[in-house]
Amino acid sequence: MSGVIGTSVKRREDAALLIGKGKYCDDFTLPNMTHAVIVRSPYGHARINSVLTTEAAEHPGVIAVFTGRDVVNSDIGGVVPTGWLLPGIKTPEHPILATDTVRYAGDGVAVVVAEDRYIARDAAELVEVDYEPLDAVTDVLAAVADGAPQLFEEAPGNISFDWDLGDAEATAAAFDRAAHTVEVDLRNNRLIPHAVEPRGCLASFDDTSGELTLYVTTQNPHLHRLLMSLASLNLPEHKMRIIAPEVGGGFGSKIHHYPDEAIASFCSMQIGRPVKWIATRSETNLTDAHGRDHASHAEIALDAQGKILGLRVKTHAAMGAYLSTFAPAVPTYLYGTLLSGQYDIPAIHVQTLGVFTNTSPVDAYRGAGRPEATFVVERLIDMAADATGLSVVEIRRRNFVSKDDFPYQTAVALAYDSGNYDGAMDRALELSGYEALRAEQKRRREAGDTKLMGIGISSFIEACGLAPSQVVGALGAQAGLYESGKVRVHPTGSVTVYTGSSAHGQGHETTFAQVVADRLSIDVDQVEVVHGDTGEVPFGMGTYGSRSAAVGGSAISTALDKVIAKSRKIAAHMLEASEDDVVFEDNAFHVRGVPSKSQGWGDVVLAAYLAHNLPEGLEPGLEETSFYNPENFTYPFGTHICVVEIDSETGAVELQRYVAVDDVGNVINPMIVDGQVHGGLAQGIGQALWEHAVYSDDGQLLSGTLLDYAVPRAHNLPFFETDRTVTPCPHNPLGVKGVGEAGSIASPATVTNAVVDALSPYGVKHMDMPLTPEKIWRAIHRNGG
Amino acid sequence: MNESDPRSITVVTTVNGERVERQVESRLLLSDFLRHELGLTGTHVGCEHGVCGACTVLFDGEPVRSCLTFAVQAQDHEISTVESLAPGPEKLHPIQQAFWEKHGLQCGFCTGGILMTMLPFLEENPEPTEDDVRHALSGNLCRCTGYQHIVDAVLHAAAMMRSDGGHG
Repeated sequence: MSGVIGTSVKRREDAALLIGKGKYCDDFTLPNMTHAVIVRSPYGHARINSVLTTEAAEHPGVIAVFTGRDVVNSDIGGVVPTGWLLPGIKTPEHPILATDTVRYAGDGVAVVVAEDRYIARDAAELVEVDYEPLDAVTDVLAAVADGAPQLFEEAPGNISFDWDLGDAEATAAAFDRAAHTVEVDLRNNRLIPHAVEPRGCLASFDDTSGELTLYVTTQNPHLHRLLMSLASLNLPEHKMRIIAPEVGGGFGSKIHHYPDEAIASFCSMQIGRPVKWIATRSETNLTDAHGRDHASHAEIALDAQGKILGLRVKTHAAMGAYLSTFAPAVPTYLYGTLLSGQYDIPAIHVQTLGVFTNTSPVDAYRGAGRPEATFVVERLIDMAADATGLSVVEIRRRNFVSKDDFPYQTAVALAYDSGNYDGAMDRALELSGYEALRAEQKRRREAGDTKLMGIGISSFIEACGLAPSQVVGALGAQAGLYESGKVRVHPTGSVTVYTGSSAHGQGHETTFAQVVADRLSIDVDQVEVVHGDTGEVPFGMGTYGSRSAAVGGSAISTALDKVIAKSRKIAAHMLEASEDDVVFEDNAFHVRGVPSKSQGWGDVVLAAYLAHNLPEGLEPGLEETSFYNPENFTYPFGTHICVVEIDSETGAVELQRYVAVDDVGNVINPMIVDGQVHGGLAQGIGQALWEHAVYSDDGQLLSGTLLDYAVPRAHNLPFFETDRTVTPCPHNPLGVKGVGEAGSIASPATVTNAVVDALSPYGVKHMDMPLTPEKIWRAIHRNGG
Repeated sequence: MNESDPRSITVVTTVNGERVERQVESRLLLSDFLRHELGLTGTHVGCEHGVCGACTVLFDGEPVRSCLTFAVQAQDHEISTVESLAPGPEKLHPIQQAFWEKHGLQCGFCTGGILMTMLPFLEENPEPTEDDVRHALSGNLCRCTGYQHIVDAVLHAAAMMRSDGGHG
């Protein structure tokens, strides 16, 4: 029905999930199915002298054991590729099972296939690997120091790439004439994604047809098929069917092509039986691509009035042991391009070095580069406020790109299409009662309150709705970033929609049904949405980068344009009117100016399929496909404000309030959008206060279980106060911008700014996340508290 | 599993009101027993070390982590899984209805465990505060929702269950 866009339609996905009938990867069972367990390196860096599999292979119930040598001796490709190349980048080979050297704790060396998972685990213990441990390096700055252990001969100094963007000379000149400059060394802490469902797959190779069916925890089944066809398996794409069943969260970690799904497929091809592999929690934590892990030196230059003249950043970004699927893009084009934030900055220069370390690979994790950029910019802005004597609100206002200045070309490649930064900040200030908060803080400080109140603000921008294919192609992407949408109208008028976006909790089935129902003026229940299966859906790029509504939704919208255009031709023919005079409104075609002449949607659709009387030259049927290629990124923005209270005696932080005002453009389903904001906030607040993937110097993941790695829990978080301003995206048909990542982009800086604000009486200017009580207690006491 | 295998044990238990008897290895986890022996895949395994709560089931009415419980421990006890709550998708239990209405789930992987934790909580605490709910939820991880809509859903469920006289 029209008007259904913008309403909180309840999710059609939920009933099955609530009664325990959702089918996730590990819930599938195929006849004659076997179970694989991967034998992984316990060392961060070691040479493999030998792998003895005899005892494991003889264990009762074991079907086969394969090593990296077996993969090399087979006719599959056996390597996982990276999907984004930068000039001069070193891309050492990443074999699906190591043969000579392991480069992180978790690197696979062998695989055991058995009749059940318990037997496979027993037998994995019987695989004897003779390792010769090598020196390891896990810290991103230590890895580029003189004398550091080297991961690859072809990447001297452990440098994969040295990339820069912006005008170095103009930036240097800006710093030369600045009245104020501020600099800081900061870290962006390494994170483990922690989707509650661990990664897994079920591979079934049919050796008579030569077809592989793969159920896999993926955010993008077609991308998996493409990469597996090109590199890891070398099977033709038309002989591979990849199915994303219910996927239990992803947050980026299920974008990437990992060795594991290629290993399971290889095993199935070898033994001719289905092979299931499901990671344990500690295994998924060891091997999922981690997020963030930057060390940056950042500087900002301002004139006497507090107007920003320039910004300069040098970042060392950990890549881990191998280049994961999109890894090179994350600390470059998804990071450096965002360093203008919401601000008019005439000169920016950023240099990023991609650094190999003996850790799990690092790749896109919710926000992917944009939280890191926001952290740099929003920390510098607060420090600049301190240096110039301006308030943190005033310095932002003085530097915002004005709402009259769009489109705005930044100094780092992006052209912001729209925005109203003052509007979002005004709303956040109002909603938080900002002036009263500052007054309360002043009063409490003067009274010597031992509970230190801090107020943090962060104004963020993101570039999402990934992405214009020709632009990303020029920047090194090895794929386009359009999306597919196919609308199949059935003879009786109901609709099945096929989308290349692949949901894993976002509610695409509901949201996209709303788009179709609104456009065709039919009930949402008349629309079925199909996703996540390369056997059913046209080639598409999947769900990440807050792209599904902006790109996938737009593809459906443009396919609907085609459907309506064709059905209008048929209606005009039926109404004996000129096509130009026929309008589609309220589920019927009307002749303009002749209210009595109209033809219902159902009659026109049926006529398309009966084909008894179609306009000359028009094919029967009503089914249209669109590949929507966005003309620009979308640019959601907002301002977030939070209040913390720090116990000066223990250093413990209590997050008391969190106010988020986001502008994500038009909203299709407010309930779902709120849920996305909340989830992003929890992850960003988790990064700020608790989460940290810690490696020992010799390569052990010390925070590898949920007992050591603090994922936020319900009682850790306040009630989020959210609101929106609406500045529609000017260049896509739905006017939507994307919301999946906003919360995780803004909140690390918001919370950190609040904690630093609380500690400012102790002379604290900056602290790195996570802001643990120990770190805070030390900061207070180091400065004479 | 073969009955002559010395590690094989007969377990007789009641699951969702039905008596079941199986030969199992003594080391078989209750979560694997429910999922793979009985096909009750609504119980999910998220961490296998008792932290995430996705595998929570009721053991004689009390919430337990089925990944930290052996199947043989269920001998002569009553187990309830998420599948026991509603007769079908058209007739949800009030707690499920509340999660649907309040958008208390996204990917749904943690949801079964959360429902099976919150149900006995609400039976003992029919009028919880937001803070009570947050603490009761603190043993269950959800990575999607930021918990806010889950808290809303549990409070809504409490209200619905009170008006229903505490029964589904």
